[in-house]
Formats: sequence, C-alpha cells, structure tokens
Amino acid sequence: MSDARRVDEAVAAGRFTRLCGAAIAVKDNICTLDLPTTCGSRILEGFRSPYEATVIRRIRQTGGLVAGKTNLDEFAMGSSTENSAWGPTRNPADSDRVPGGSSGGSAAAVAAGLVHAALGSDTGGSVRQPASFCGVVGVKPTYGRVSRYGLVAFGSSLDQIGTLTRNVMDAAILLEVIAGHDLFDSTSSRAALPDLVAECDRDLAGLTIGVPVEYFGEGLDPAVAALCERALARLETAGAKLREISLPHTRFAIPAYYLIAPAEASSNLARYDGVRYGNRPGSAGTAREVYERTRGAGFGAEVKRRIMLGTFALSAGYHDEYYGRAQRARARITAELRAAFADGIDAIFTPTTPAPAFRIGEKSDDPYAMYLSDVYTVTANLAGLPAASVPIGRAHGLPVGGQILGDLWRDDRVIRFSAALERALAAE
Amino acid sequence: MSAAYEAVIGLEVHVQLATRTKLFCGDLTEFGAPPNTHVCPVCLGLPGSLPVINAAAVRLALRASAGFECTIHPVSVFARKNYFYPDLPKGYQITQFERPIGTGGRVVSPDGEGGERAVRLRRIHMEEDAGKLIHDRVPGATAVDLNRAGTPLIEIVTEPDIVSPAHARAFLTRLKQTLAWLEVSDCDMEKGSLRVDANISIRRRVDAELGTKTELKNMNSFSNVERALTFEIERQTGLLGEGGSVTHQTLLWDTGRNQVRPMRSKEESHDYRYFPEPDLPPLVIDTATIAEATASLPELPAAREARFREQYGLPAYDAGVLTAARELSDYYEDVVGVGLDAKAVSNWVMTDVLGWLNEKQVAIGAFPIAASRLAELIELTGNDTLSSSLARRVFARMIETGERPATIVDQEGLSQVRDTDLLRAWVEAVVTEHPAEADRYRAGDPKLLAFFMGQIMKRSAGKADPRQATRLLRERLAAD
Repeated sequence: MSDARRVDEAVAAGRFTRLCGAAIAVKDNICTLDLPTTCGSRILEGFRSPYEATVIRRIRQTGGLVAGKTNLDEFAMGSSTENSAWGPTRNPADSDRVPGGSSGGSAAAVAAGLVHAALGSDTGGSVRQPASFCGVVGVKPTYGRVSRYGLVAFGSSLDQIGTLTRNVMDAAILLEVIAGHDLFDSTSSRAALPDLVAECDRDLAGLTIGVPVEYFGEGLDPAVAALCERALARLETAGAKLREISLPHTRFAIPAYYLIAPAEASSNLARYDGVRYGNRPGSAGTAREVYERTRGAGFGAEVKRRIMLGTFALSAGYHDEYYGRAQRARARITAELRAAFADGIDAIFTPTTPAPAFRIGEKSDDPYAMYLSDVYTVTANLAGLPAASVPIGRAHGLPVGGQILGDLWRDDRVIRFSAALERALAAE
Repeated sequence: MSAAYEAVIGLEVHVQLATRTKLFCGDLTEFGAPPNTHVCPVCLGLPGSLPVINAAAVRLALRASAGFECTIHPVSVFARKNYFYPDLPKGYQITQFERPIGTGGRVVSPDGEGGERAVRLRRIHMEEDAGKLIHDRVPGATAVDLNRAGTPLIEIVTEPDIVSPAHARAFLTRLKQTLAWLEVSDCDMEKGSLRVDANISIRRRVDAELGTKTELKNMNSFSNVERALTFEIERQTGLLGEGGSVTHQTLLWDTGRNQVRPMRSKEESHDYRYFPEPDLPPLVIDTATIAEATASLPELPAAREARFREQYGLPAYDAGVLTAARELSDYYEDVVGVGLDAKAVSNWVMTDVLGWLNEKQVAIGAFPIAASRLAELIELTGNDTLSSSLARRVFARMIETGERPATIVDQEGLSQVRDTDLLRAWVEAVVTEHPAEADRYRAGDPKLLAFFMGQIMKRSAGKADPRQATRLLRERLAAD
C-alpha cells in the first residue's frame, strides 16, 4: 500500500512513470519482500523471502503495484494449476475447466480483469499455454532477456519470466520494464533491448511467416486447426508471406524436455531440506531422517515424480543415455529452428496447444497426457527462443491461442507479428 | 617398507584463494567471524538466488595454473556436484568437472632423498567451499555455520608421481611455498586454507600395474601427511605380505592414535550426478589474459634459489632459507644492494632478522628495520667502525628506536676507538695490572693474548678497535 500511496503522490505532483499505478499480479514463484513466496508448495508454506526479484524491483521503480501473488502448479511443474498445495485455480472462461499452467493463477487473474497484467514463468510453455486457455496474451521472451534473479528455479536453462496481459501493447510495455541486463543473473544478456512498443504499430510488409507441418498433424483438435487457418489468412492479408516449413526434430522435443527439465529440477529442489528455511516437520533423528521427513511431507506427487525422473536421468550408468541424449536432441532442435530463421523466415506460427482448456480432474491421473499439452510450446524453451500466445478465437466456446515464435533476440519480431495478428482479428 | 614394494602416491590439495569476497557473492571470506554473519541469499542457497563469478578468484586460479605450468583453457565449465549434507546449502557444490581451468603442469621439488623430482599435475579446477558443522555448541544438536560456504577454492590434483612420504612432504612444502609466493593463498592449514587428501597404493617393483589404492583424509599438517602415508604403506605392505589384499576405501587419519580408521561407508560412495551448471555461462578467458598470466609471473622460488647460489655465491642452505618466502628473499636482495658482502648479509638475515621474526612469530613485512638501514649497519661493521658485538647492540637499539645506525653509534659513543694514545693507555693499564699473565705469555703461552684482549675490551666497553689493539698489545708485551 505504501507503493500505491507513493504513486498517488507522484501523480498528484504531475510525475508519471511507465507503470504508474498498474496493478500487477505475480506468480508465487517470484520472490517478493512483503508477501510470502510459496511456489504452491507445503515445503515453503509461509516462507518470506528476505530479498525481492529483480523484475519486482523494476516494476516498483516504474510505479507498478504488486497486487498479489497468484497460484501455480507446485514449483511450476504442471500444465493445469491443479498441482498446488493451496488447491486448483479455475478458468474464468469456464469454471469447470483448468486455466492451464503452471502460470494458471496469473492468466486467470488477467482474464478475469482482476489486474492490469501479471508475471508468469515459462519453462516449457507455462506462460503461453495458460494464456491460450484463458484467452489472454502470454509472452515468453528470449532466454536471457529478463533476469531470473528471484525466480525460484525449476529448469534453470529453460526458465524465463514472461508476461500475461490483455493485449500485446501491454505486454510490450511490461517487457520493456522488466527486461535488460542484471548483474545478479549471469545468464542475462547485455544485448540492447528493442523498442517493443513501437513494434506494436508496424506492419508485416516484406516479412515471411513459417508454418511448420509437424505442428498441424495428428492430435490437433480440428476446431483449433480451423482457427489457426483463419489466423494465418489474416496474417497474409496483413502483408506477411506464408511459407510451409518442416521441423522434423520437433518429435524429440517432449522427451528431451521431460529429461532436461526434471534433471535440473532434481538439483534445483535439493535445497529444500528443512535445514535453513521452510517447513521442517520435527528435528529429531539424523540429518537424513530430517531430509526424508521434510521432503516426504513437503513435496506433492508431481514434484516427487519429476525429482525421481531427473535423478534417474543423471545417474551413473544412465547419464549419457538419458541426460546426454536429451542434450544432443536439444542441440539438434535448436540448430533446426535457427536454420529456418537463417533461411528467410521472420517468425513461425503454430497452435499454442492441441486443444482448448480441459476439465478439472480430466488429466490428473494421466501425467503423460498432461505432458503432451506442452507439445507445441517446449521447443521455444529448448532453443531459448522468444514466443507468444495470442488469442485467435474460440473453439467449443473456449478461448484458443496461436503461437508466434521468433529467432533468438528477435523479441521485436514476436511483438510485431503478435500485434498485427491481434489487430487483424479485432478488425472482424 | 619391504624393498620388494614401492609406493605410488597422488595428492589432492584444496587451496583457499586469497580473495576478499566469496566465489559467487559479495560476502567476506574473513575467518573467525561470529557464525552465519557473512551470509546472503546466494551463499545460503535461498530460493531464486543465482551465482555470479568473482573475477578476482578467476585471476588467482589463473595465476596458480600459470605458476605450475598448466595448460590454461580459454573455456572452462562449472558443473554441479549433487549431494545432500547439512553444510551444503544448495544441495550441490558448484565446481569444475569435465572442463577445468587448468590441466597438466608440474611441480619440481626435493624428493626427500637428496635429489629433485618433478610431479606432474593432472588438473587445477575452481570450486566453492561448503559450510561448517559445529557439534559442541548446541547441546544435543549439530549447528551449521555457513560463513565458509561459497569461499573460493582451487583443487590441485597430482598424477600418482609421488614416491615416498618424505617426497610427499617435500612436494607439499614446495607447493605451499609457491602458492604463498604467488599470493594465491595464505596457505594457513590451521584455518583450513590448505587441505590435503592422499591416494596411495603399493605394488611390487617388478609390476607395471597399479595396486588397489586407499584414500587418506583428515591429515591437518604436512607432518601428519608424512606419518599417515608411512603408516598406510606399512599397513598395505603387511596385508600383501601375508597374502591378503588391499580394500579400496577411504581412511581417516587419527592423529591422537597415530593410525587410520575407515570412514563409515555412508559417508562415501556417492553418485554425484554431475551436470553443467546452467546458472553460469562457460568461463571464457581471452588469450591475451592467459598470456599475461604467464608473462606477469614473478621469478619463482626454485629459480630464485638457484640464482642466489650463483649470483651471490651463497651456500645451498643459505639460498634455501632466504628464498623460503618471497618477501624475505626480496628483503635480502634489498640489503645486499650493490656492494655488501653477500654472505655477511645472509648471516645477518638468517641469524638476527629471522631470529627476531621467529621470536615474535611475525612475517618479514612486520620487521621494523628497513632493508636500507640494515645495509647501513652491516656497512659499519664492514669498515671496522663497529665490532660485531657492538653491531648487535646497535641492531637491538634500531628495532627499539627506528634510528639510523650511525645516529645510535654517535649517541651512544659506540664507534671503535682507534686513537693510538688511548689504546696504548688501555694496553699499558691491563699489562701492568696482570704481571703474572704477562710473564706466562712471554714464556710462550699464546692463549694469554686473548685474555689481555678481553681485559682491553672490558676496560674500553667493547669499543677498542680489535686489530689495532692487538698490534699494540703484542708490541707492548714484546717490549719488556
């Protein structure tokens, strides 16, 4: 509230700042000083970070207000926001359905009009997939564009903070605030930040959009496919050239992702041992007993599943066969995408998800079916590319998003195509 | 050890880098602060914190690698070594695994048997230290102090080129001397700035294959390393001699009992699940920086020791003592300057300067007499202004007052008396006082000359110029 008062005083004095009074919801895996940061996990119940994330500092410095923390799948592991220790989040478009995940709370808060914008994190689609399910704009910038300092790590080489907004312009504004080099994150880039707001008004003349055949095949809901066809037609009308491309290594993306992300997670989540912070259900016994009790009671089933999976993938004797091969697949997928961009493609269009939001509980007992809802989004994380999900209409009465992928550091192109698509569809 | 067997020893040495702050955050590395006062979100492993490499630590690791002639790699990669332990805040240690900063290299040292021997280095890599468990502070519980967590280390791993416990000790002495010389580390074993683990196996001299090794830990001084290795060689020789075999295991040296005991198996056999640290990009060092690290190396101890023998004609012993530490050898050279007698200066530095430093338990940096002043003093003794016993009195006064030696000599009237009339008067007096001794001298007992000189020195309060006084005394005794 003291932040809000400061903004009021500044406005009264005629001083306006970039986010002046904007209410921003923050996914609960981003550290804030005045609110707990729990990651949707019992193991961090009531945990208060003694420092705040770089993105939060930047939002507050530009007059933005942290409106609250939003629900997520525990430690961002999930695609439905059902795996939270604090219960599921519902989709504002249909309260029987999931909002997607893991940034489901942020997407739902924006879709419901509770806040102006929200921050999420995207490790395999966790910003774009809920944006698609809830009918809002979700942007995952290039890996390294936004500081991860203060983002609780899941898959460190894949994690990137992203935005959930009602429109592309809001995303551009918020990204310009939070992006940029940070001394506290060695993987953040010194690359100059393009003028994203200006990109929102540019047209697509002379630009080519690639349409990868592999993203329009089996498993894609025909109603979603039809919306994609319409979106592509509008992009063409807006001046873009369409070109069919092939990304055959895409089929390795899900297996590679579900080895690399859990491998990193198994290491990132080792710190939750009950020694220094968080929940420790009793101190009796040996250190090992304390660990087992803390982690056994603190982590939910999906988190435990991924820790086991990741630990196995890194184990002696299996390391090369699983983690090693996954890294090689990642390198191939990245090379293939970079080659497409080098070959005259300015952006790639795909569906964000194979189908609209599913019902709460529908996939809870089938982790593999749940994992497949990331099938179109994980490549951007594996390759570090910027990507957005933009609403392209409704299927079965539910929101559907289309995905725009850009080359490394071409967040400007992603914003330009996203804004143009948004404009073209709004004109109808 | 039985003559049929030989020892094969390799060492792993952890060295704390002498940086002001930790490897991945800005907390101080200061030793002995109250527990958990030099900590922050990064070294506590708080959720969301990230490591940022300390450039000063990289420079020191580079210097050490250059100093030991390693191949320095323009790209090295940090990795996570995963294991659970209460002193390890993140549940993993950030270290370098497949791609260390330095590989190869060597250390030439005495071999413990009067010769010299080179030990090849396998690698030098950078890593962070863990915290400390304190068992005696909280009754019934173990406390954790994370001040040390994140302190920068290098680990130096040798090839199994060390041939004996004495060689291991000589190697370590040279290693430590060089690391301190290069200001890479304070090498203080009591503070844990230098820690040594050993791998040791024995084999019959006729065998080419290595025997089964054991790993020795918990040796907190070089003499303990030597003792533990000696013990372990005897133990392994005994086992093989009885037709038994050595079990691969980790052993802890028990200083009190003078023996080894096996580490509990729970404490070993980890699968560390190494993988590249995604929070740190590969460490890239440009070729100019690598070249500079080698080009900017000072003269190293072995080279300086050899030069001291050649250039100053010093005995090997003197050269070794004077080059034990870089500052001491610098001091020696500053005193010698251009003209002074090198051996005379060596005697002063080894006896008087080092004597004082040892008594006070301080390093040469804390010695109160500037090299130029000590040179002045030694010059006064060289030109016979001062006798050596008076010079030592002046030396003591210089330490107390910081005055120039000439001033002290003047103030205290200490310069040698060469005035012939005065000297003659003293000679006359002592000969007159001791007629019996004079007679014995004349009867052919030359020892009495020293007696008379002693009397003259007593009478002159040590100031009589001994050479002139002796001449006059001889004349006087011969005259009767």
